[in-house]
Formats: sequence, structure tokens, C-alpha cells
Amino acid sequence: MKIIDCPVNGPRPLQEFHFGGEVRTMPDPARAADAEWADYVFHRSGEPAVKREWWYHVPSGVWFIAERDNRTDQFVRTYLYGEGPANE
Amino acid sequence: MPHRLLKFAFSKEYPEPRMFNTPETLKPEYDVVIIGGGGHGLAAAYYLAKEHGITNVAVLEQGYIGGGGTGRNTSIIRSNYLTPEGARFYQTSVDLFQDLSRDLNLNLFYSERGHFTLAHSPASLRTQRWRAEVNQHLGISSRLVGPEFIKEQIPEIDLSCGGHQPPIHGALYHPPGAIARHDAVAWGYARGASQRGVEIHQKTAVTDIEIRDGAIAGVHTDKGFIKTKKVLSAVAGWTTHITRMVGLRTPLVIHPLQALVTEPVKPWLNAIVVSASLHVYVSQSSRGELVAGASLDPYELISMRSTLDFAEGLGGHMLELFPCLGEAKVLRQWAGLCDMTPDFSPIMGTTPIKGFYIDSGWGTWGFKATPVSGMTMASTLARDEDHELIRAFNLSRFEQFDLVGEKGAASVGH
Ligand SMILES: Cc1cc2nc3c(=O)[nH]c(=O)nc-3n(C[C@H](O)[C@H](O)[C@H](O)COP(=O)(O)OP(=O)(O)OC[C@H]3O[C@@H](n4cnc5c(N)ncnc54)[C@H](O)[C@@H]3O)c2cc1C
Repeated sequence: MKIIDCPVNGPRPLQEFHFGGEVRTMPDPARAADAEWADYVFHRSGEPAVKREWWYHVPSGVWFIAERDNRTDQFVRTYLYGEGPANE
Repeated sequence: MPHRLLKFAFSKEYPEPRMFNTPETLKPEYDVVIIGGGGHGLAAAYYLAKEHGITNVAVLEQGYIGGGGTGRNTSIIRSNYLTPEGARFYQTSVDLFQDLSRDLNLNLFYSERGHFTLAHSPASLRTQRWRAEVNQHLGISSRLVGPEFIKEQIPEIDLSCGGHQPPIHGALYHPPGAIARHDAVAWGYARGASQRGVEIHQKTAVTDIEIRDGAIAGVHTDKGFIKTKKVLSAVAGWTTHITRMVGLRTPLVIHPLQALVTEPVKPWLNAIVVSASLHVYVSQSSRGELVAGASLDPYELISMRSTLDFAEGLGGHMLELFPCLGEAKVLRQWAGLCDMTPDFSPIMGTTPIKGFYIDSGWGTWGFKATPVSGMTMASTLARDEDHELIRAFNLSRFEQFDLVGEKGAASVGH
């Protein structure tokens, strides 16, 4: 069984998690040009690489960030938003 | 026939030609390079040669032909889509499929079964009615049927789903729904293209793409550089590798899709059965195996691993529909890659890069589109202008907020 390390609850089985998609920065909707807004809404960086993604621990309602390799399914690290190495 | 057999018996060499030629080396230059030897790439090569007389073409396949989604799908063919653009496109494909064994001179085991999309709620029934109306308006054979009709056609089905799930209220019934031998589709197109001069290179991977002044100049492969002005990317679940090489942003994300077959049993299931709410679909192959699948794996992954979750989940739902399968044994399980778009329609045609054409976004529904994709992409490459049937599927639709919403008819239904 695949285990994911929730930054609040510790290691839990994959079945307890929900995938929230790539972490993206929203441009200012009032100022973004149509093309920029469309890029934000639709386009994704779906290439093979380590990605920063949103994950959700369903039983405890915790959203967090995971760095995961989308070719090997290895989780490099997980942390709460604002606490990561990039400190977003 | 006896004469040919005799000749064969006395000959030291096998008298029939191979399926397709296997040239040893790449030429330094081609008019068109097609990346990906799946059904789509091979069909495009076939129609380029047959309809447009363009034969200086190389199809480059990193593995073996048909080794991607083409050889992994559950081979369902239908045209009961929801949008006029989608319905027209897939109906053209069904028309081509119906004549394809003759056209390719190869038996594709094309077999019309009738396709049922079950509705487990009044809301789902309304969606199926909508689809039936759209289909009928566009001349596609498709109608709403009640539980009695379903039971009459598929006596083994449990309309109450064992009481564990909402019962079956009715279904969208699409009589032309069919299955075919998917490997043969790849081989037939490969042979037809090869006979007309197209080169098919297996075990040849494209590693980078050369662009000069916004136009294609050539491709790098693991066997050297090839000059060309036109490249078609027809790599389905590998598309994001290729778009990275040319710096093109798309909405594509890759998810695995899994399927399984049971041991062969005597023929009993004539129809293709899809349950939109239980995320199950099943048909019986001409060998007697039950071929079944579920919905996409729930998160992005560019890997073809299988999971126990899938087999367990699908097994449970299959038993709710068909309690008679309690003793059936699973023979094999596998996964393929699906390049998903937000509107569940493909991304096809010209791109902002001159000479770079894309055939992608096939998600879980691209096998049935093989002939029409080959035909329309060949025309698009030959004329450098999107074929009329695929204009709505151009990548630019996202920038123009002009999506072709096909989720209701494309997901799970296959
Ligand atoms: C389990 C499963 C069930 C499905 N069921 C159905 C169904 O019932 N009906 C339906 O219509 N569709 C179905 N599909 C979807 C269908 O399989 C695909 O949409 C279709 O096969 C895509 O065909 P293709 O020719 O575009 O790509 P593929 O057949 O995937 O071919 C792409 C090829 O490109 C090659 N390639 C990739 N990168 C490179 C490179 N850099 N250089 C050279 N070659 C490269 C790959 O090796 C591969 O052979 C299913 C898919 C799966 C996984």
C-alpha cells in the first residue's frame, strides 16, 4: 500500500488523500490579459519532472503541498503551505 | 489455395511479404516525420501516401508499433457523442471503420455489438436523453431504452445492482457500437503505408526537435539527426515530453488508465455495457475473455504500473451488475497512458510553430478515432490548413475560451 507523509498527521495510506493538482500562482484577474488568464485557467506543466502539487488529507481536512516525481510517483517531500523550502 | 500451399511447402523462403518493410538506416531528410507508431501516426502516414501522394515519410517509434495506447485499449468504437463537433467527427470514424478491413485487406474482426450506457438515476437518464436527441438530430443511431429492453438484450444483468447501488433506470442504446482487433489496426495501416513507400522505424526515439526562426528544421533521434520541415506528434500519453521539446504550453496532463481481462468463457455477453455511475464497462472479446475497465487513476502519473485498488474496485462493481461472474478469474491486468484535456476533446491540427502539427488529447477515447484522425491529419499536413472536421479541436480554442465540452460523453464511456 502506498503511504503519504501528511505534514500534520504523519504517514497515512494513499486512500485517505485527494489530489488537488499543480500549485499555480493566479495572475490579477483585473489586470491579466485574456491570453494570460487563459494560460492560468487551462494550461498545465504536465511534463515529466518533480512537480509541486496540492494534496488533501480527507479525514482531517488538511491541505498541504507535496513535491512529487510524476514519472516514479516518489514523494520527495511534503509540507504545509508557507512552510516549505521555497517558503511561498 | 492448394497451389500456394504446395509452393510454400517446397520453398525455402516464406513466400508472403512481411507485414511491413523494416529499413536498416534513416535517410538524412524526409518530407514528413511522424513521431509515434501508434494507430494515429500510422494512419496519418497511410492517408498521406494514399490520398496525397506524399511518400517520403518516416514514422519513428521508440518501442514497437502499437505498443502504446493502441495495443492497450479496450477497443470500443462508437459515435454517440454529445457535441455536434464530436458526434460528426466520431461518426466519420465509424463510417471509415466499417469499411476498413476491406480497405486495408486485413481482417480487423470489426464486430457490431450494440453499446449500452446505463443510467442509475433520473438525472443520468435526462443526460442520456439529451445525447440521444443530439445524436438523432445528426443522423446517428442512438436512443433511450427502458429496463425491460435492457433485460431482454442482456438477461444476465441485475437491474437492481444487488441492492448495493441505485437500480438501473434505463440506458442510452447505440446499436452500431462495436469492437475491433486493435493490434491489427496498427499492422494494417503500417502495411498499407509501407507498401506505398513510407518508412517505419521501430526502436527509434525522438530525443529533441530543432526549430529555426519559428519553423521546424529537423528532429534529433537516438540514431542521429534528420532534416525535415514537417513534424507530426502523434504520441498520445507521451505528448508532454514532445511539447516540452518545442516549448508549447498545453492543458494536457497524463493519467494512467487500467483494464483487465478474465479467462475466456463461452460467449454470453453480446453487448458492450457501460455504467456511468459505477465507472465500469465491459464487453466480451471474440476469444471469450471479458474485457473490462473503470475510470482514470485519480492523480497524474506518467507510468504504466497496475494497482490492486483498481482490480478490487472494478471486480466489486462488475459483480453488482453481473452476479454470475463470481467464479470468473482475472487473467491479466495492465495500464496505459492517457493525455487528458479539460473538455475531454482532442487537441489536433496546426500550432503556432510552423511545420509542427499535433494529434493529441486522446485521453481514454482515441482508439475509435484512429481512421478519422489519420485522414484529417494527413490532409492538414498536406495542405498546411486544419481539415474542416478538426477545426474546433485546434489548440487555440483554449486561448479563445471556445471549448468543446465532451465530458458527459467521453469519460468512462470509452
Ligand atoms: C486501458 C485503456 C483502455 C482504453 N479503451 C479505449 C476504448 O475502448 N476506446 C477508445 O476509443 N479508446 C480507448 N483508449 C484510448 C486509446 O487507447 C488511445 O487514445 C489511443 O490508443 C491513442 O492512439 P495513438 O496512436 O494516438 O497513441 P499510442 O498508441 O499510444 O501511440 C503513441 C506511440 O508513440 C510512441 N512514442 C512516444 N514518445 C516517442 C518518442 N519520443 N519517439 C518515438 N516514439 C514515441 C510510443 O511508444 C507509442 O507507441 C483506452 C486507453 C487505455 C489505456
